[in-house]
Amino acid sequence: MSNAPVDTGRRRFLTAATAVVGGAGAVAVAVPFIKSWNPSAKAKAAGAPVEVNISKVEPGQLIRVEWRGKPVWVVRRTDDILAELPKHNDQLRDPNSEEDQQPEYAKNIYRSIKEEFFIAVGICTHLGCSPTYEHNKFEQYVEGIRSGFFCPCHGSKFDMSGRVFQGVPAPLNLVIPPHHYVDDNTILVGKDKGEA
Amino acid sequence: MMTMLKNLQGWIDARIPMTATYNRHVGQYATPKNFNFWYFFGSLALLVLVNQLLTGIWLTMNYVPSAEGAFASVEYIMRDVEYGWLLRYMHSTGASAFFIVVYLHMFRGVIYGSYQKPRELLWLFGMLIFLVLMAEAFMGYLLPWGQMSFWGAQVIISLFGAIPVIGDDITLWIRGDYVISGATLNRFFALHVIALPLVLVVLVFLHLIALHEVGSNNPDGIEIKKNKDENGWPVDGIPFHPYYTVKDIMGVAGFLIAFCWVLFYLPDGGGYFLERPNFEPANPLKTPEHIAPVWYFTPFYAILRAVPNKLGGVVMMGLSIAVLFVLPWLDRCKVKSVRYRSMFHKLNIGQFAVSFIILGYLGAVPATPELTIAARVFTITYFAFFFFLWLYSKNEKTKPVPERLTH
Amino acid sequence: MKKLLIAFASLFPMMAIAAGGAPVPYKANIDLHDKASLERGLDLFQKHCSGCHSTEYQRYERVANDLGISIDDMRAKYILDGAKPGELMTNAIPGKEAAKWFGATPPDLTLVGRVRGEDWLYSYLKTFYKDSSRPFGVNNTVFPSVGMPHVLQDLQGVQEQVCKEAKDENGKVITDDVTKEPKMICELVIPKGKEGSMTPEQYDQAVKDITGFLVYSAEPVRLEREALGKYVLGFLFFLFVLSYFLKKEYWRDVH
Repeated sequence: MSNAPVDTGRRRFLTAATAVVGGAGAVAVAVPFIKSWNPSAKAKAAGAPVEVNISKVEPGQLIRVEWRGKPVWVVRRTDDILAELPKHNDQLRDPNSEEDQQPEYAKNIYRSIKEEFFIAVGICTHLGCSPTYEHNKFEQYVEGIRSGFFCPCHGSKFDMSGRVFQGVPAPLNLVIPPHHYVDDNTILVGKDKGEA
Repeated sequence: MMTMLKNLQGWIDARIPMTATYNRHVGQYATPKNFNFWYFFGSLALLVLVNQLLTGIWLTMNYVPSAEGAFASVEYIMRDVEYGWLLRYMHSTGASAFFIVVYLHMFRGVIYGSYQKPRELLWLFGMLIFLVLMAEAFMGYLLPWGQMSFWGAQVIISLFGAIPVIGDDITLWIRGDYVISGATLNRFFALHVIALPLVLVVLVFLHLIALHEVGSNNPDGIEIKKNKDENGWPVDGIPFHPYYTVKDIMGVAGFLIAFCWVLFYLPDGGGYFLERPNFEPANPLKTPEHIAPVWYFTPFYAILRAVPNKLGGVVMMGLSIAVLFVLPWLDRCKVKSVRYRSMFHKLNIGQFAVSFIILGYLGAVPATPELTIAARVFTITYFAFFFFLWLYSKNEKTKPVPERLTH
Repeated sequence: MKKLLIAFASLFPMMAIAAGGAPVPYKANIDLHDKASLERGLDLFQKHCSGCHSTEYQRYERVANDLGISIDDMRAKYILDGAKPGELMTNAIPGKEAAKWFGATPPDLTLVGRVRGEDWLYSYLKTFYKDSSRPFGVNNTVFPSVGMPHVLQDLQGVQEQVCKEAKDENGKVITDDVTKEPKMICELVIPKGKEGSMTPEQYDQAVKDITGFLVYSAEPVRLEREALGKYVLGFLFFLFVLSYFLKKEYWRDVH
């Protein structure tokens, strides 16, 4: 080894510069590895908003559509059902939808944009079973209320706005997914109005 | 802060030999000061190994190891997974880069006599790595389940059928079916992603331990340990860190320029890294017009084809690799580096390199009668290297070897 | 040594002819940046090819985004089977039915651009000619005995192969060295009255459009890959220069 004087300043600068640039490179290499964990085009396509044609839904009928692998209900509520809704607030946990289980535009007693059509994720907020729709058969579960949803797994009960009754295991109202009306006959589930 | 780190270091060192290991293998590992261009390829091989392990693990996250799903899942990775194409190209380009780097690394060992005493075991571990690497590449190539994957595997597995008496049973056992099928794919997948990488990592570890026990050879082929100063430090040695760490960083950057150029602008390597028929799903009823193994197997494949007898071809191909294992005992010369050996040795190495490259070319193109004769000629010259080496190395006329490194 | 070198050199001409296959007469010169051309290619593909051939590894939505087509346009013009934009571009006829009609299942064409290459595809689509001995009445010079009808015949017209004996400058017929038969020079011509709805130039462009679309389909990420490559190589070059000076600085101790 030679004993030439060492230019420590230059040496330190080059070491630091190479370390910083090399480190930046290592971080950049990590990007594709991290990003590859994002939902793929396939997952995104499967999770894309779902168009629902509601023109053929009979009054009182419930149809199910799949959105992001979950059942989404579209119920055409009759005037009888709608008339029932305001009458049993005292039996509910969260009658005014204070909990954040719905978009802003569904924070009303009907929990919907139009009163007639109720759109909700059909999964019980307790442990994830899908409740059954008890049209005109709900009185066996709650006296005086003719229609509602009953979860067969642990007996949770919801009214026709998806609001949970007191004294059941489910803690929260049913989730209302983002949705909007494309036209009078078509609902797009999965996207708020104007959202890109 | 500094005292805290010092305390932590002391705490760890009292329990495992962290600092001692670092000093032994990096900080105070005495390295000959005259490494040249040829000495980049060891660290580069390690870099490519890490690349293959990481991208390989990430590819398994989306790859489907089944005859029904494999091909589509590769296209899924190439199209639907964010940056999946980059991970896949890193892996496929890395496979070819691995062999380029390893062949150059091995050739370095040949020209500077790095396999000679006391580095025989180091060479043997290296050869085992090469063998496992070939198995790894072969099994990995089946996984995309394209036409070349399928028919390439078909041909190579059929080689085992040349074994007398039990050959057919063995091929059946390897495939797990009467043809290459999902069963074959699944077992190759398991070996490719779990078993062989484990073996590979252990062998690389042993290779490095063996290297650091005996110390690195160098272009002059003399032992730096024979000439130590009063502190016991080799006079011609420099610590690995910082001198060879900074040099290897430069090597890595240079290598990555070439690697990324291929990756981003020529990912199919002109049809040699990713073969064209492999973009067609495997079809057991239709053989591609021309089957060639990936380029890194073609020298051995050419030897296989050169022999007009099935068993003979397989034996010769096996011998062409096996003979490399015994290289340390074939070379009976006491001088290591080509720099101080006879003209005949230089020519012999030269013709060996040329033979290997031409065999590689011949294995990649369709065989014609003329080319088959050429393949036979170069098969002979390939083996002649080892034969002549054994013959002349005993009483070779060598030049005087210097006491100190010349550089 | 010299003899050895000559022996090596004499090998190379043999190597050049070792690769074979039917000749590919035309160059396609595809420009993947020409999105209008790619969209015309998609349009032609969907109209003339997608009845039998799928491109089932790619999704409508990705194609729309890459080619600059709005999702609504994609849905209106190019999604023919009512699929959702996010779905794969599979096709209508089931493989078994198709195998009955054509003798083999029409292959998926997503990756054909990488299997065959752009020049092959371009040439193939230009070189169908009338051959009544074939089941569909056509043959192809690039793909002899092809099992596919000429689906673009209405556009191109009906080509016929016209062969004549090859003659040297003295008007003497050239014969094959081995067979002693006269050498034939063949060309494809469209006889009067058999023209298609396109002029030859228009047809060449249409075929180029389809080829471009298929080359795009085979590797949709290609433009992104090449664009990213510039940054990566630029960065690495910078790192290399830096590490070169770092190495030089430390190695002053040694030299």
